[in-house]
Amino acid sequence: MTAGEAGRTGAASLEFRHVSKRYGDSTARGAVNDLSFQVPAGAICVLVGPSGCGKTTSLKMVNRLIEPSAGQIMLEGLDVTTEDVTVLRRRIGYVIQQVGLFPHLTVGENVAVVPSLMGWPRPRRLARTDELLGLVGLDPEEYRGRYPFQLSGGERQRVGVARALAVDPPLMLMDEPFAAVDPIARERLQDEFLRLQRELAKTILFVTHDVDEAIKMGDLIAVMEEGGRLAQFGSPDEILARPASEFVARFVGGDRGLKRLSLVTIGDLELEPTEARVGLPTFEPGTKLRDALSVLLVADSRGGVALDEEGRPRGYVTVDAIASALAEVRPNRTVGA
Amino acid sequence: MTGEPLVRWDWVYGHLGAIADRVGQHLYLAAIAIAAGFVISFALAAISIRRRRLYPIVTLLATSAYTIPSFALFAGLVAITGLTTVTAEVPLIMYTIVLYVPNIVAGFDSVPLDVLDAADGMGYTRGERWWRVELPLAVPLVVAGLRLASVSTIGLVTVSAILGDSFGGLGYYILDGYERHFTTEILVGGLLSIALAVIADLGFVLLGRVLTPWAIPRVGPRAARQRVSG
Repeated sequence: MTAGEAGRTGAASLEFRHVSKRYGDSTARGAVNDLSFQVPAGAICVLVGPSGCGKTTSLKMVNRLIEPSAGQIMLEGLDVTTEDVTVLRRRIGYVIQQVGLFPHLTVGENVAVVPSLMGWPRPRRLARTDELLGLVGLDPEEYRGRYPFQLSGGERQRVGVARALAVDPPLMLMDEPFAAVDPIARERLQDEFLRLQRELAKTILFVTHDVDEAIKMGDLIAVMEEGGRLAQFGSPDEILARPASEFVARFVGGDRGLKRLSLVTIGDLELEPTEARVGLPTFEPGTKLRDALSVLLVADSRGGVALDEEGRPRGYVTVDAIASALAEVRPNRTVGA
Repeated sequence: MTGEPLVRWDWVYGHLGAIADRVGQHLYLAAIAIAAGFVISFALAAISIRRRRLYPIVTLLATSAYTIPSFALFAGLVAITGLTTVTAEVPLIMYTIVLYVPNIVAGFDSVPLDVLDAADGMGYTRGERWWRVELPLAVPLVVAGLRLASVSTIGLVTVSAILGDSFGGLGYYILDGYERHFTTEILVGGLLSIALAVIADLGFVLLGRVLTPWAIPRVGPRAARQRVSG
C-alpha cells in the first residue's frame, strides 16, 4: 500500500484572520467571534469544544458552505473568497459525520465523484478509484461495485475518506468524521487515518467534541468555547500542561496529567541501560507512558524493563522516570519534527 | 337473463378485433393523461418545492379538483369543448395531479440532508446536484406516483364512454352492456380494464427496480439475497 499519486502533491497552509460569523442573535449557536490561528502545511489542526461553540461553522467557512460576516480565511496565502466557489470546493476534501455517500452510486462511483465532475477520462478515474480504495484498506475487487447500503458504518467512513482524497486535495476538512461508528471501529479508523496521514501529509482541519480524539489526532488544537471564541491554541501537550483558562482546564478534564502521559511512549524516554531482570514488567517501545504507569501500579512494582525494537532490554523504567516526562512541555509532535 | 350463460364466449370470439381496438383506444386515452398529468404535476411540484408557501395552495386546488365527480366533469365540459378528445383528457389529467404532486414533492424531500451537504461541499453546481443527485434519489417516490396515477387513470377512462361511441375505451362495453342488459359485455369491459391497470402497475414496479438497483430491498427473496451477499 502506497500513497502513490496522492503522495506527490503538497499540502497548503491555512490561516484564519479575525474571522467572525454573526447570526441575528448574538448568543446564537454556531456563531464565531474573531477567530485567528495558523495551521502550517501538512499539520492536523483540531477544532474542539462543546456543542454550539461554532467549530462546525468555522470549518464550513473554509469551503464557503457558510460565508463569514467578517475576516479572511487564507488558503496557501490566498483569500478563499477570491476564488470561484466550485473550483475552491473541488480542491478541498470534505468528510462529514454522516458520510453523505450517494446511495444511488456504487462505492467506485462515489469515490470518483469529483474526478468525474472535473472531467477526468474513464481509465484514469478507474485507476484512481482502485488506488484510493486500497489506500483506505478496502479491496477494490470486492468493494468497488457495492452500494452504500451494503457497507458497515466503518466501511462507509473509509469510502468517505477515499472520496475526499480523490483529486489529491491540499486541504481536507473533516467534521466529526469518526463520531458515528462504535468505539472500537473509531479507534481503528483513527489509527489508520494517522498512519495514512504520515504518508500523505495533508493539511487537515478536523472538528470534534471529544477531547481525547482531539489529543490523539491533533498536531495543533484550537479549543473553542461558547460564543465562538478561541479559548486556547497550541500543541496537545501545551494545552494539557498549561490550560489558558479555567474553561480549558475543565474542558480537558481533571486527568489532564494522565492524558499528557498518553502523548509520550516508552521509546521516547532516555533511560539508564539495564540487564534483563526476571519478574519485572516489560514494555514495547510503542507503549504509552500512561499504560506503562498503569501496569507498574497494578503490578505493585517500582520499575520495569523497556525493550528495544528487537525485544532486547534497553533500560530501566521507574514511576519517577515516567513522572519526569511531564516536566518538559512538547510544542508539537510531528510538524517540523 | 333467463337461462343465459354468464359469459357468451361466442360473442367474445366474434368481437376480438373490435375488443382489441377498444383496448388500443383505452391505452391511448390513458397514456396521454398519465404523461400530460406527469409533466404538469412535475412543474407544480417544482414550484411547490422552491416556494414552500405555495405547496398548500397547490394541494388544495388539486384536492378540490379531485372532489368533482368524474361523471359531472365529463358532462359539464361537453358544453365548453364539445365531444372531443380534449373533453375526455381534461378530467383524466386533472385527477392525476393530486396523486402525482405529493409523491414528487416527497421524493425530493426524501433526499438526505447529509447527502446534499456532501454534494455542496464537494463542489457540485446547483444544476449538477439536481440532475446527478436529487433527481435520481427522488425516483422511488416518483415511480410510486406513476403507479397510483396509471392505475387510477386506466380505471377512469371507462367513464369517458358517456361522451359517445368514440370514447371510453373498454368503458364502451360496460355502458353498452348496461343499456342492453348484456352481462358478457360488462364483464369483458370491466375485467380487461382491471387487467390493463394491473399490467401498468407491474410495468412501473419493474421500471422502478431497473432505475433504482441501489434501493434498500425491504422484503422478499431479493432482500434475503442482498443481505447474504452484502
